[in-house]
Amino acid sequence: MKPEKIRVRIKRQDSPQTKPYWQEFAVPYRERHNVVSLLMAIRENPVTSAGERVAPPVWDCNCLEEVCGACSMNINGKPRQACSALVDQLEQPIVLEPLTKFPVVRDLMVDRRRMFEALLKVRAWIPIDGAYDVHTGAPRISPKEWEINYVFSRCMTCGCCMEACPQFHEGSSFIGPAPLGQVWLFNNHPTGKYFREERLHAIMGDGGITDCGNAQNCVEVCPKEIPLTTAIADLGRQTTLQWLKDLFGK
Amino acid sequence: MATDSPRIIVVGGGLGGLWATIKAAEAGFKVALFSLFPVKRSHSACAQGGINAVLDTKGQRDSIWQHIVDTIKGGDYLADQPPIKTMCEEAPGLIMTFDRMGVTFNRTPEGLMDLRLFGGVKNKRTAFAGSTTGQQLLYACDEQVRRHEAAGLVEKHEWWEFLSLIKDSHGVCRGIVAMNLWDMHVEAFSADAVILATGGLGYIYGRSTNSTSCTGAAASRAYQQGALFMNGEFIQFHPTAIPGDDKNRLISEAARGEGGRVWVPRDPKDTRDPADIPEAERFYFLEEWYPAYGNTVPRDIASRAIWKVVKEMGLGIGGEDVVYLDLTHRSREFLDARLAGILEIYEKFVGVDPHTHPMKIFPTVHYSMGGLWIDWEKESKTGGMKQPSPRNHQTSIPGLFACGECDGGYHGANRLGANSLLSASFSGRVAGESASLYIKGLSTTRGSVPPSLLEQEKKRQEEINSKLLASSGKENPFTLHRRLCDIMSNKVGVIRDNKTLDEALAELAELKERSKNIALDDRSTWSNSPLAQARQIQDMIVLGEVIAKGARVRDECRGSHYKPEFELKIPEGKFPGDPEYDQYVDKWMANNEKWLKTTVAKHTAAGPEISFRDVDTSILPPETPRDYR
Repeated sequence: MKPEKIRVRIKRQDSPQTKPYWQEFAVPYRERHNVVSLLMAIRENPVTSAGERVAPPVWDCNCLEEVCGACSMNINGKPRQACSALVDQLEQPIVLEPLTKFPVVRDLMVDRRRMFEALLKVRAWIPIDGAYDVHTGAPRISPKEWEINYVFSRCMTCGCCMEACPQFHEGSSFIGPAPLGQVWLFNNHPTGKYFREERLHAIMGDGGITDCGNAQNCVEVCPKEIPLTTAIADLGRQTTLQWLKDLFGK
Repeated sequence: MATDSPRIIVVGGGLGGLWATIKAAEAGFKVALFSLFPVKRSHSACAQGGINAVLDTKGQRDSIWQHIVDTIKGGDYLADQPPIKTMCEEAPGLIMTFDRMGVTFNRTPEGLMDLRLFGGVKNKRTAFAGSTTGQQLLYACDEQVRRHEAAGLVEKHEWWEFLSLIKDSHGVCRGIVAMNLWDMHVEAFSADAVILATGGLGYIYGRSTNSTSCTGAAASRAYQQGALFMNGEFIQFHPTAIPGDDKNRLISEAARGEGGRVWVPRDPKDTRDPADIPEAERFYFLEEWYPAYGNTVPRDIASRAIWKVVKEMGLGIGGEDVVYLDLTHRSREFLDARLAGILEIYEKFVGVDPHTHPMKIFPTVHYSMGGLWIDWEKESKTGGMKQPSPRNHQTSIPGLFACGECDGGYHGANRLGANSLLSASFSGRVAGESASLYIKGLSTTRGSVPPSLLEQEKKRQEEINSKLLASSGKENPFTLHRRLCDIMSNKVGVIRDNKTLDEALAELAELKERSKNIALDDRSTWSNSPLAQARQIQDMIVLGEVIAKGARVRDECRGSHYKPEFELKIPEGKFPGDPEYDQYVDKWMANNEKWLKTTVAKHTAAGPEISFRDVDTSILPPETPRDYR
């Protein structure tokens, strides 16, 4: 039997400086709700179960089809995208909390700038001569190479892997699994390879690859099933070789 | 940043905005890039199927000329043709540039870029990266912009919302006012040129394939400050989306291009599992009605056919507003290599496996062909668009450029599939180059802009905020948005008529009044998203009026704009050479005399003022009507 109401508990926080608190809402049942549409319903009529009218909860979302990476949050204790979390498949009360590894901006919205800064640090791009036609494309890439690269290129920088990683937190300098996956991707591209040393050096120092504790949590929560631990293991080999190369010269 | 160094402001970090940023940075200018969120989250990520360019690697003798013809005809002749010509000519070079950026395009067995078939086209012309092509192209540009950021040329302002333009006493755009979405403070930024790349407006219709950020609010704000808006009434309905309450999720046209067949049971009371319904009892209506193109007819045609089957013939599956899109005859291996992303979306959000069960789909709002009016310069020698030229992609406000979905170029009355990633990228590149050239010709720099001008516009915007925060009105902004969506979806939809459009205009006027009386549930000054959203909704209503008014005024059928009362029907069973067909062509040409014009909307206090401008049809004169039978 369908319940009449959907019960939701939301961890709220008015600003980065203030203390978090909990509020509970009961939203009239509708088929095929997901967590974002549920939050939209609350936003329009933000009355708690206790009957108090409050400020609508703030969260981050955009595409609603799990390609933009915006709406990551902890849902019933698991980091995932809110848009693809179907209410009919969730135990109630549904507990919504912001990701814990990033500073809270407000309510369920967090500041994930650290992830984008990491992409800058590891130079996650292919240095092209310029964005103009040079009358040729990239070198040929076998369908097999394509297949594995494509999986890595779907990383949305959503932060779920970072949330699940025990080594990544506000007190540590560990760069985290997502940027490492991107290092692997660009090192595996036929011209991206030319600059692999730069990227490897960026992950060899403090907060780099050796901080990975091999907990394997990252692969489990990745909404795009990116084989992050395989990449990290391979990068371990790549950095070791690089270390030897640095030590003994060419 | 010192105010004497020239600076370009780019608003919007989707494919168009990122390309503009890259080109401006390559020209050596500092770029301030504004976005509502980290640019990587932009709506371009949602484009699935691919990007068109004639590479002619499939042994089909594809040609750039054919791409030009398909694009012009696909748009029902309404777009200026010289820019289309140049875009199609430069598409292959653009795709190869993307390839060099590292985009994971699908490969043939010999390691070259693979191509697939798309709608409105007979040749394989669409390069693709699984079924997340937009995401991959966006990420490639995001990476290149990060490279320029590392070099100090690009300064990102993420979590900032564009509120208004700063115009000097000559009406020249000299900067913007924007609001920080975390601490909500409002600031003025001077610039030598401003490029708007703020995307589409599908959220005006509520449930659409668009992201929640596609409100059109930024374009509406520029429009309300004097920028002309063109062809607003041309809204593309994508034929194949999964109906949902919060959004209608796109199932890419690639599904049809890769062999997907659209059908309904011939007997609407047939409740059998689709797999148990024999071929003879299935109605493949696109294949029957359009044997030449079959399931890959252009989107406007497919959408209306599905609409007709469901709403007029009553053949929706189980009496519901859905038809089958069937890929079950394709092997799992084939589907996973080419369509995994969209099949995954279907399975995730519907809970049914499309490898074994046909998908249930229905048309929905997808793309705005119209947008801010943009200029371009003609190259007399080639008949194409002159490149580079400071006129290209400049709006009616000097110094303000527009690119991507928020501009109204290239697609006329209907956009072909996989032409949007192309036009977004191409137009962004052109706008970046144009703005750079424009700056070089300026006699005064942004340093000469009096601070009082910046201060004044900033104050005006701050006052709008404080008024909203203090308002004790009675209207809930989100309820107003739902009302706007109802009006637009029900009265300015796939099939239009003047009586209903008059009702829509009256209801929009009423809604506009109500939107002046908003009350917010959140009056805080930290990360107050309802405040930002309330402002967007007010501006969405204004753009809704532009769409409805354009639709009301245009008494014809063209591309996505369909008013049955004025339809010129191709005589059934008749083809060129038949006298009935020739008579039809005569009537069609007479109609073009009157209506083959760009709709131009100008903002006034009383609502949009509509006028018409000629279309440049110098490449392919409108002599043969579209005919996809």
